[in-house]
Amino acid sequence: MNTITSDTVKEWLEEVKDPEIPVLSLIDLGVITQIEIERDVVKIEMTPTFVGCPAMDFMKAEVIESIEKRGRKAEVEINFRDSWSSDKISEKGKIALKKFGLAPPPDSAKVFADLEILENAKCPRCDGTDTELRNPFGPTLCRSIHYCNSCQEAFEQFKPV
Amino acid sequence: MSDALKELIYKIADDQFILGHRNSEWTGFGPMLEEDIAFSSMAQDKIGHSFALYTMLRELGEQDPDTVAFTRNANQFHNCIFVELPNGEYDFSLVRHFLFDTAEALRFEMLLNSSYEPLALLAKKIRGELRYHTIHANTFLKKLGSGTEESISRLQKSLDYSLPYAMGMFEPSPYESELISEGIFGGEEKLREQWTKKLRK
Repeated sequence: MNTITSDTVKEWLEEVKDPEIPVLSLIDLGVITQIEIERDVVKIEMTPTFVGCPAMDFMKAEVIESIEKRGRKAEVEINFRDSWSSDKISEKGKIALKKFGLAPPPDSAKVFADLEILENAKCPRCDGTDTELRNPFGPTLCRSIHYCNSCQEAFEQFKPV
Repeated sequence: MSDALKELIYKIADDQFILGHRNSEWTGFGPMLEEDIAFSSMAQDKIGHSFALYTMLRELGEQDPDTVAFTRNANQFHNCIFVELPNGEYDFSLVRHFLFDTAEALRFEMLLNSSYEPLALLAKKIRGELRYHTIHANTFLKKLGSGTEESISRLQKSLDYSLPYAMGMFEPSPYESELISEGIFGGEEKLREQWTKKLRK
């Protein structure tokens, strides 16, 4: 068997997407916190975006499948050692979110220093900032609902945490 | 130390588990769609937080999370009565959500410094999520607290009814002094003081 590195595994995992946002890979989402290779076993640590994320088991199963179909054994552990924050989403991931119609999360430290940023999310369609926060909770735990006064449409933002 | 730690984790987890279920009763019945979504999302967060804590308990030798959550008898739960109370009208649910989540945010703030590392790590994570709960509670309390005569008097009535129950959130553990001296948790008394100070603001 060829030797593999954690970069090889990262490439494999590009195919595993967030089931609720199918344009975003788990790598870009930032939930894969560690990859280690021991002989033919790939050891992976993952962490949930939100503690109550119902997609966690599903994502874990897909990660295992992606590794096993390449003839390696997979061990996946879910923990909070390196806990997720929206700042873990890659630049590539943020661009994909915007294209998907979801406003990418702004820098989380800035948001909680100044809640105005939460009130004026940038509309992913017209880039306008004349927007209103309608609900800090949305269709999934990681999204909030906003309204853009410029294009007069509702939109969602990936919540900064 | 293990008994003291377990008692503390059970208490926090059970409060969240029961209130999570109460919140979920608003699914499909919220006074408006946004509030329906908000209470449902907070329910999901709370159940998720309790699951993470029950998982921690399993690592301390307790049973599987589902068994712990769904097969205990009533007298084996460690939650306060406040979270059990029926939802009643929306005003009561909102006031309870405000009082509970203000305390909860402070509790996890204190647990950031816990000497039990898994709890400190989880607190760091949960703290960020709870910010949305407190933002929600504060926004609606302000809106309705400066709304009409009816909204103000309803909130006041619910507050008067809730406050004595809310004190139950800070019932000291039988192992309180051990929890404090071992640096696991700063203690209920300290939490209640911080909570009272926060409410006065």
